[in-house]
Amino acid sequence: MIIDHPLLGPRDAAEFVVKGDASLIDRPDGLAEGAGDAFHDYLHLRDNPAGVHRELWYHEHGDRSWLVVTRNTLTHEVLKVELARDAARARGRSR
Amino acid sequence: MHYSALKIFLEGLTGNRGWGRVWREPEPKPAYDIVIVGGGGHGLSTAFYLSNEFGLTNVAVLEKGWLGSGNIGRNTTIIRSNYLLEGNQPFYELSMKLWEGLEQSFNYNAMVSQRGILNLYHSDGQRDAFARRGNAMRMTGAGAELLDRAQLEKMVPFLDYENARFPIKGALYQPRGGTVRHDAVAWGYARGADRKGVDILQNCEVTGFDIADGTCTGVQTSRGAIRAKKIVVCAAGSSSRVMSLAGMRLPIESHVLQAFVSEGLKPVIPGVITFGAGHFYISQSDKGGLVFGGDIDGYNTYAQRGNLPVVEDVCEGGMAVMPMIGRARLLRMWGGVMDMSMDGSPFIDRTHIGGLYFNGGWCYGGFKATPASGYCTAHLLAKDEPHPVAAAYRLDRFRRGVPIDEKGAGAQPNLH
Repeated sequence: MIIDHPLLGPRDAAEFVVKGDASLIDRPDGLAEGAGDAFHDYLHLRDNPAGVHRELWYHEHGDRSWLVVTRNTLTHEVLKVELARDAARARGRSR
Repeated sequence: MHYSALKIFLEGLTGNRGWGRVWREPEPKPAYDIVIVGGGGHGLSTAFYLSNEFGLTNVAVLEKGWLGSGNIGRNTTIIRSNYLLEGNQPFYELSMKLWEGLEQSFNYNAMVSQRGILNLYHSDGQRDAFARRGNAMRMTGAGAELLDRAQLEKMVPFLDYENARFPIKGALYQPRGGTVRHDAVAWGYARGADRKGVDILQNCEVTGFDIADGTCTGVQTSRGAIRAKKIVVCAAGSSSRVMSLAGMRLPIESHVLQAFVSEGLKPVIPGVITFGAGHFYISQSDKGGLVFGGDIDGYNTYAQRGNLPVVEDVCEGGMAVMPMIGRARLLRMWGGVMDMSMDGSPFIDRTHIGGLYFNGGWCYGGFKATPASGYCTAHLLAKDEPHPVAAAYRLDRFRRGVPIDEKGAGAQPNLH
């Protein structure tokens, strides 16, 4: 697989490590009501679709950026690559 | 029909015309006591033990494709019971005991070959860890020996003992480990269940669950609706897809594991050998092919094929441990889709939906577990309580804070 890095251009997938489902960006509020259950679901339960999937990739052997890669899990086609920072801000995260 | 030496002799005299079909191809009935979703190793062994051990024969196995089209025919055929943790090791030792009596119990030649498994160690720390693991194995009766370099060299002289980076210091040896003809396991279990009246329905894909008031009363399939008192899903690899039809999210990701086989060679590798410094394991099939594999690719996928970086990594591991295989030519390579769970351990449990049971999350250890997985799932279905050796394989173990994490890698499925 080739990951089209938004800053560096096309890079070999071997340069990356995969963290998993992009929902890991949405860390629950530890002080909110029901935080225990929220953290259980956040940490352990995953969407695992056959088809389009958004996931976090880390460019370990590169510029150490976190990316959100949108990929088809049936064909390995890479559909979209964005900086995780931009994806998190788009979801209303300030940092 | 019972297979025996006499039968082979008689069939030889009469032109092999009397063998007959190995299992029936029945039409689906409208209702069963128990429906098993998934006609792979675990589904078929569940059906076998339900019908042969627990006396429940009004059972159907629903398979989307053909029997054994999934991971039961895609693994590297290794059996072993060399785990460390209390929740795991007694279960895998039960599995090993069932392997040992398997061919007699289902009257089918599965070519169970206990040729031994060697886990190499490369450092003092690793030797200590293996000594501990070996003790855990001996406590469950699995048997283990810690070999030093001299003992190991007598058994397998061809390893690269003086490798500059990962010198081989010895191995943890389980003589009862080995290999089994994987397709024959599926066929033997299918035949054994079919003989007791279990309906095996191929080309029958489950498209939905009938759930009302928190209870599952049947399934919708590509061959019509089927009602059942109990339904168990044994669809590892596709667990998340199937259980999402019942509205469940699982602590599982699907990953691909690649396997490789070389051209047929004369006997060179006596048993199973695993590299302790990277991820590489190898055995030699009865046809002579070197069967080997390594790590999962590490990204979510349902494609039954992998990518080249892992091929390179596996071959590097092989060359580091036994450079002699460098001249062997690769014949085939393939991939299988794994249920990778959050702690590297499986699930055999009820779900929160009444009548719906789940067997999955086998990571890449599903093949060796096939007999015990079926036995314990059948026990759970028949008696509605978990078998003692599978009591830790609960779906709520993360919520309760008791994961069974052999590697200590945490909730990161691609590291297990």
